Amino acid sequence: MTYTQMILVLLNGFKVTVWVTLISTVMGGIFSFAFGIGKMSRFWPVRIISDGYIEIFRGTSLLVQLFWLFYALPLLGVSLSPMSAGIWALSLNIGAYGAEVVRGAILAVDTGQYEAAKALNFTPSRTLWKVLIPQAVVEMMPPFGNLVVQNMKDSALVSLITLSDLTFKAQTIRNETLQTVPIYVITLLLYFLLALVLTGIMKWLERILTTASGREGVR
Amino acid sequence: MKQKPIARFEKVLKKFGDNVVLNEFDFEVYPGEKVVLMGPSGSGKTTVLRILMTLEDIQDGVVYIEEELLWHEQKHGKRVAASNAHLRKMRKKVGMVFQLFNLFPNMSVLRNITEAPIHVLKIPRKEAIKRAEDLLEMVGMTAQKNMHPAQLSGGQQQRVAIARALAMRPKIILFDEPTSALDPEMVGSVLDVMRKLADEHDLTMLVVTHEMGFAQDVADRVCMFDHGRIIEAGTPQEIFTTPKEERTRQFLNSVINREDTVTAPTVQPDRDK
Repeated sequence: MTYTQMILVLLNGFKVTVWVTLISTVMGGIFSFAFGIGKMSRFWPVRIISDGYIEIFRGTSLLVQLFWLFYALPLLGVSLSPMSAGIWALSLNIGAYGAEVVRGAILAVDTGQYEAAKALNFTPSRTLWKVLIPQAVVEMMPPFGNLVVQNMKDSALVSLITLSDLTFKAQTIRNETLQTVPIYVITLLLYFLLALVLTGIMKWLERILTTASGREGVR
Repeated sequence: MKQKPIARFEKVLKKFGDNVVLNEFDFEVYPGEKVVLMGPSGSGKTTVLRILMTLEDIQDGVVYIEEELLWHEQKHGKRVAASNAHLRKMRKKVGMVFQLFNLFPNMSVLRNITEAPIHVLKIPRKEAIKRAEDLLEMVGMTAQKNMHPAQLSGGQQQRVAIARALAMRPKIILFDEPTSALDPEMVGSVLDVMRKLADEHDLTMLVVTHEMGFAQDVADRVCMFDHGRIIEAGTPQEIFTTPKEERTRQFLNSVINREDTVTAPTVQPDRDK
């Protein structure tokens, strides 16, 4: 197998990795906000559900979560494609970590902001969305950046539920060609490239949000 | 002044854990009255404001605003703890200016002032902007209306915060040490705005401050706090020139001495922009 052929096959898998990473990161972001905010709810059932979700998905292995969604759930009557099972498992897992980031950042906003909003008679939801979150998102960005890269790397596990991502393709052609070293060098480089791009995007987002939060003043 | 008080505390108990801040606390404020609250830190004066703003609840006793219970409501003939809806209704009557301004850094100066009138009072956007612009003119901040709080000096931020509180047209406005976080040269501009407010409006003002000059000019009544009680109250003249209590005398001396050290030639380079 020539290097060109090798790269073409790996790029096919890379597309799947990029896709799975992007979708699960966006979904994970939504779960982070939903359950991070849910954990601070005034309503105790919402708090309990959020807390339960966070503890279960942080406290169990991602690989087992993947196997559960892909192999166990069909026995209970719900069948997911490898793609959906992979995306759900990754996003639920990363969302559980992200929820703690969201909650921590919101709690870290100066209490004076909360008191000023109360003195102006803002509703709790207006206080949250117009005052606390716009300031808190800046604090969330560095830990979110870590989680995004971690999620990208974790996505390699979806190869174990037959999804043909980059890792899966690498395994396959290694078995066929036994050109182990070049295959894994290219694979590593592709993951690293993706990590660089994702980190860059997160840094860019952080800059935009810092300006929008008024922290540096708008120039 | 023998009208009905606009705010009244009756036998109020306030504790933080085991620390009793107010005990059997009675206090009345009359419509349009300008009251200055003074006293050492921890004496309960700020807590009085925070209870009126519903930022702190009370453990016993009652508080009225315009003859209506603040922290309680009557349900089926019984007095029960106030619901959120009741607190929201009562909060409309009160506005507050904080020691650290607490402007929203993610909003422009103008939006800081219009946000609550538009979304809480539901007045039309145009009218809210007009109201905000009039207030900005009053506090001398028209030129900065599109700036963000981080671009303003402390004194400027506090003047915007005053405009923000006034935009809600409260009946009582509370000032919690509005100048104590400011550089000395910023204090004057904020006090000038507050003087103007006191002169031109029949708003009820409660001000926690150690600025004796301001109290002298503006206050109808000065209340001296110590250990959660008002130990002495009277006109600024009475309190500042012929205090009856030894504790009042001690406190005023310490304030005057501190002011001396501040106004001494220790002019610092302006940290503000």
